[in-house]
Amino acid sequence: MGLAKRIIPCLDVDAGRVVKGVQFLDIRDAGDPVSVARGYNEAGADEITFLDITASSDNRDTMLHVVEQVASEVFIPLTVGGGIREVDDVRRLLNAGADKVSINTAAVHNPELVQLASDKVGSQCIVVAIDAKAVNAADESPRWEIFTHGGRKPTGLDAVEWAQKMAHLGAGELLLTSMDRDGTKIGFDLGVTKAISDAVEIPVIASGGVGNLQHLSDGVLKGGADAVLAASIFHFGEYTITEAKEFMQQQGIEVRL
Amino acid sequence: MQRIAIIDYGMGNLRSVAKAVEKVAPDDEVLVTASADVIASADRVVCPGQGAAADCMAALRNAHLVEPIKAAITTRPFLGICMGLEVLLTHSDENGGVDCLDLISGTVKRFNNPLIDADGVRLKVPHLGWSPVAQSADHALWKGIANNTRFYFAHSYFCELESSDVIVGTCDYGHQFTVAVGSGTCFACQFHPEKSAGDGLQLLSNFVSWRA
Repeated sequence: MGLAKRIIPCLDVDAGRVVKGVQFLDIRDAGDPVSVARGYNEAGADEITFLDITASSDNRDTMLHVVEQVASEVFIPLTVGGGIREVDDVRRLLNAGADKVSINTAAVHNPELVQLASDKVGSQCIVVAIDAKAVNAADESPRWEIFTHGGRKPTGLDAVEWAQKMAHLGAGELLLTSMDRDGTKIGFDLGVTKAISDAVEIPVIASGGVGNLQHLSDGVLKGGADAVLAASIFHFGEYTITEAKEFMQQQGIEVRL
Repeated sequence: MQRIAIIDYGMGNLRSVAKAVEKVAPDDEVLVTASADVIASADRVVCPGQGAAADCMAALRNAHLVEPIKAAITTRPFLGICMGLEVLLTHSDENGGVDCLDLISGTVKRFNNPLIDADGVRLKVPHLGWSPVAQSADHALWKGIANNTRFYFAHSYFCELESSDVIVGTCDYGHQFTVAVGSGTCFACQFHPEKSAGDGLQLLSNFVSWRA
């Protein structure tokens, strides 16, 4: 037995409420982050990721309260992303009870933030979120670029080089989302997952495109991911965490059951 | 009612530890503190911590917590978690080399880069996630926890002890290393019981009722 590959459900939180709904188990309030987190803990999730999609900065404190409440009742690792611009944002979330924070756009605009934050709180607390999109022509070898603004805005940064740079600056983990696949349910972009996983020493979480359990296994076995993140297949009760783990285990993947 | 002090030296996520201890000891007083007096008068002491070894040692010295920790560790139940284990050793290789508290003889070393296991597979560093812990010796804090139960880890450095007498738990990640130490009234672990779901809470529950 060795280190288990992790399954991480991801929840979007807007103004303190879980959005897009979670329809599984017997949660009384599917919008309540504490209930949802507790439900996923009981269902066997290895970690939980909250993505704060609140547009208004007025509501940022609301997320801190959410994190405080969840951390008081759910004792598995909690990652929080969204709206992190400076080291103080990182510290506030960690002090509220988050175990890791995920830095996305701010890392593109200000890569030194990753270094400052990891120096201050340790690499193990710093996740860098990478939103990548394939940019090569059909007859070229594969190449991926970093995009911001939900995949609309190109940055010209090569995704593999960027991943290496983030690892070098002190990221403890990478959350890699394929913007080509996000929401498609046709599976991870295994090419970029493998390319980045092979290129860095730190763990890589694959995200974007999961539609069935084979996709989760492929992310690990073909993409080389250390963890797989998914939202809708779990939230809407298509599969339970345990079903996902049993499926992966049957394919020879080590999981925590 | 007993008093449980959680040492706050400004390093890392103490809230999770405090909340988890409160969960398993609802009738006790749980104090997150940097006060030597509070630590000296507590019935049990928890030393968590994360971040870089040099910062942690500097923070402990600046807060005048070295002597209170040395006094507490031999006189009442003491739980070190992650960096709270590493600082107990003689020396850490982190940050170019840092002298630690030398309460347990040994060195804190970084995982190799690349870290290759016995099958030739490259392993990622940090060691991040749920790994099985082999209970190499009986200990009161293992009560109700099956051998090889998975606990949550998040570290790039590991402990290498000079004597195996105090080792009560090991883990295999590239190679075998010590992840739990039991010596008198002190238990210290590399993994995070406060983040290890039900089994982690069981360990904390064992700690708060431990008659060391």
